[in-house]
Amino acid sequence: MADVTQGVPEANVTISRPGIPPVVDLEDDDSLQSDMMTINMGPQHPSTHGVLRLEIKTDGEIVEQAIPHIGYLHRCFEKHAENLSYQQVIPFTDRMDYLAAMNNNLGYVLAVENLLEIELPERVEYIRVIMAELNRIASHLVSFGTYGMDLGAFTPFLFAFREREEIFDLFEMTCGARMLYNYIWVGGVSHDLPAGFVEKTRSFLEKFESKIEEYNDLLTYNKIFVERTANVGVLSLENAYSYNLTGPNLRGSGVPWDIRRAEPYSIYDRFEFDVPFGKGEMGTVGDCWDRYMVRILEMGESAKIVSQALDQLPEGDVLKAVPRNVRPPKDVECYFRSENPRGELGVYVISDGSNVPYRVRVKSPCFTAMSVFDVLCRGHYVADAVAIIGSLDIVLGEIDR
Amino acid sequence: MTDQEIFDVLKEKFGDRVIDLTENVDPWIRIQADAIADVAEFLHDDDKMKFESLMCLSGVDFPEHLTVVYHLYSTPHAQKVTLKVEVEREDPHVPTVENVWHVANWHERETYDMFGIVFDGHSDPRRILCPDDWEGFPLRKDYEVQEYYHGIKVEV
Repeated sequence: MADVTQGVPEANVTISRPGIPPVVDLEDDDSLQSDMMTINMGPQHPSTHGVLRLEIKTDGEIVEQAIPHIGYLHRCFEKHAENLSYQQVIPFTDRMDYLAAMNNNLGYVLAVENLLEIELPERVEYIRVIMAELNRIASHLVSFGTYGMDLGAFTPFLFAFREREEIFDLFEMTCGARMLYNYIWVGGVSHDLPAGFVEKTRSFLEKFESKIEEYNDLLTYNKIFVERTANVGVLSLENAYSYNLTGPNLRGSGVPWDIRRAEPYSIYDRFEFDVPFGKGEMGTVGDCWDRYMVRILEMGESAKIVSQALDQLPEGDVLKAVPRNVRPPKDVECYFRSENPRGELGVYVISDGSNVPYRVRVKSPCFTAMSVFDVLCRGHYVADAVAIIGSLDIVLGEIDR
Repeated sequence: MTDQEIFDVLKEKFGDRVIDLTENVDPWIRIQADAIADVAEFLHDDDKMKFESLMCLSGVDFPEHLTVVYHLYSTPHAQKVTLKVEVEREDPHVPTVENVWHVANWHERETYDMFGIVFDGHSDPRRILCPDDWEGFPLRKDYEVQEYYHGIKVEV
């Protein structure tokens, strides 16, 4: 090019060379399409696990920034709760994390009981634990199945839903509902376990262990799956605490922290179970594969807890302690957290002495998991964003409430 | 450490900016609005405290004040503490704690969205759950829902 520009005065003169583009400095050129491109993903996109819109700014294939836009499922649960009696709020909690409705019922009910100080029949405690852990298995099955589907493996999804149906059958025979139960009430549960429940649950648990082996063969150690998830979306411990990630997401980063173990609520101190955590088996500690694996291992642990609870299950009247009218003392408040399949569900209840809560605030574990999404995505390929959402296991019903 | 001991440490360090300790099922410490960022930083960094998790940040509309409630947890010391900041209903302002705990970014956006409490110094002060052009703050006790939103009747 030197011969063309030779002898050209220093002043800014444009040399016209038909057919040949002028020599440009790529850094400052506006005519080149080198700026970032914005991709809209959602709100109707199968891999967003609900109605979530992601505004992804990309440099070529690389994500520079990912801005989640939430609120599409916002039903203002907290406002509803201020206008309903304590018991009437329970069906609304079902509809937050609709994949783990039992656990939501339990978290809210325990918070209210914390204000009331009710003495519960032993049988109620056991039934609650059995239901919560079965629902945890069902919820992790969805997480496992849909994660495979996000990454292009359809079969695991069918396998997962096969077992989930059996759990739903158990719930259906207990309280009549398959997804949204309104089962755990303040001071008790709505129905006692039906005849045949214990046997049916035992036969499910017996089969279930071999099913987990099957999932591992099918997906966990599949080469393509490992390539897509190992070393992707590594969540550092620092970020995990700063963004208050909890549950399997925190444990995936190598912390064996579980509320059921650290601050046992209900009767969790009576059972033996391990707290699985990420060890970086396939890549780095805290990557997508670690978070995924924690859930797979937790299904086995939950099965252990259910099995122990069935062994110890005492007799009793499940409706004995259910109060006619829930009226906590005036001006008391508490923040109660319980271990949901997706992390710590925090329920902050304030009472003004009436039968209607003054304020119910729910800290959703998915809400905090979504807020770290941008940090995890940066520097990864667009396709990895899908792997990262799936590994965080979010439910939009709970994020938006 | 008990809540009383945490309160004493804070009182010694911050003087009048830490108001009082109230006993309850979960006791809370009242802090003056302008001090919350400093108190938060101290609780996060101090070796005896190490409150590295902000479990929850909520707004509450009490009859006298709007209140921001911070529930903190320290994993190394297995310790909880609750802080409360009271602000006036008209023109409520609280300094952000986003720089101490990153999760506060979204929680504060939600509190602004629902209560209209402005967090000074926040890097992204937008609504989060409601649309950007929504009128009013839904979780305030005196909230009245707007009749129309873009020509759509809101309440039927």
